[in-house]
Amino acid sequence: MPDDLTERVIRVIADTQKIPVESITPDSSFEALKIDSLDAINILFALENEFDISIPDDDARAVRSLTDLVALVERLRGHGAAPVHA
Amino acid sequence: MTRRVAVTGIGVVSALGTNAATFWQSLTAGRSGIRPLSGFRAGEFRFANAAEVLEFDSSQHFGDKQAAMLDRSAQLALVAAREAVADSGTETAGPRTAVVTGSCIGGQPSMDEAFVDVYKKGLPRVSPLMIPRVMANAGASLISMHFGITGPSYTVSTACSSANHAIGQAFWLVRSGVVDRAVAGGHEATFSYAFLRAWEAMRVVSPDTCRPFSRDRHGMILGEGAGMLVLEDMEAAVARGARIYAELAGFGMSSDAHHMTQPCAQGAARAMTAALEDAGLAADDIGYINAHGTGTPANDPTETAAIRIALGNAAERVAVSSTKSMHGHALGAAGAIEAAATVLALRHGVLPPTANFTDPDPECDLDVIANTARPARAAAALSNSFAFGGLNAVLAFRAVL
Repeated sequence: MPDDLTERVIRVIADTQKIPVESITPDSSFEALKIDSLDAINILFALENEFDISIPDDDARAVRSLTDLVALVERLRGHGAAPVHA
Repeated sequence: MTRRVAVTGIGVVSALGTNAATFWQSLTAGRSGIRPLSGFRAGEFRFANAAEVLEFDSSQHFGDKQAAMLDRSAQLALVAAREAVADSGTETAGPRTAVVTGSCIGGQPSMDEAFVDVYKKGLPRVSPLMIPRVMANAGASLISMHFGITGPSYTVSTACSSANHAIGQAFWLVRSGVVDRAVAGGHEATFSYAFLRAWEAMRVVSPDTCRPFSRDRHGMILGEGAGMLVLEDMEAAVARGARIYAELAGFGMSSDAHHMTQPCAQGAARAMTAALEDAGLAADDIGYINAHGTGTPANDPTETAAIRIALGNAAERVAVSSTKSMHGHALGAAGAIEAAATVLALRHGVLPPTANFTDPDPECDLDVIANTARPARAAAALSNSFAFGGLNAVLAFRAVL
């Protein structure tokens, strides 16, 4: 069962991609969700609005999966573990 | 009627200065015009640097009343056109001259002010000068009025390919005999707050500088400016003893039909191949390519692949550079500024470098003229422009010695 944060991220992705929430699971790959480069920056934009955060380009580039995305949002909201890279 | 077409005049306003001479000096010195973003915008964005035309002083060129009606974009257009026409020494007035300009966003930065007035301040009215300021054809109209040019004038807008499409269309008008000469190029004034925010959201602007074809490239640097060429019927240009910089020999276009922002090697290659065929040039004739070379992670390897598709084995020998490393990406003006660089390279036998180059990228394994200009006589050259939306336009120039 996904946690609250993961659920919110999934909802943002579903809303941005115009796909049903049920079609996304925490281990969905971006490829499976048909998220291309333009979709990805659109999702980042929506997440910045949803969580009132600013996602740096370097962090954005490192994101490969939904799990990465949730971890990044968690870190940028200041509730997660310290960054593992500079 | 099929004529040959000569380039007889050049005008450039860019981050490298407000005329073609300083532009060329900077290019050959490998000196970049990329500087910290000026004014109120500094420090607010994920990127800190830009290629602004810091030396442009509107009051040196326009009276207060005229300036009030003109967005910066149209002002840059006329200043470059004046230089190009004076440089050519030709008479442009009358119906036998065309004006074709390219612009990506026209005078939209002016509209920022109107939006603030209407939506934020709640004012009930907008300046009646806003419409002429915003219209994308303001540059073409201004040039036509200034010189008394009464032939066909219009503006094309194809994002970052705008100027190449414009120059290519003007080339057709002269080649086919519709007109005898044309003022053609592109102009762009990029630096409005909202537009910068939009580019920031695209995540394609480099946090430091523009390093095309370099392994550690992080994106483009936004630029602004204008480039204008005077194109003339070759016979008439020779007859009047004009200085001929080069021949505009071919124009190739294609559409990727692929994606709104991702580049596509096959589409780009088709435009290059079409330009070569139109010019009657072989791949081996091309000694220099002024690349689109934005410095984004996606463009440069895709363009490398496209050059290999279009030129085949000749790609191993062709010298390539991206002058965007010095004048930034001037969007709708980019193709014209780069056409000027290409024509000057053919004329002077010096190929401008790719500045800020640090580390070769195996995915961009062409001869990319790193950091230092190269003395070399190219018989012919290509100037590439590829736009968001997959619209490609390539110009082929032949040296005239």
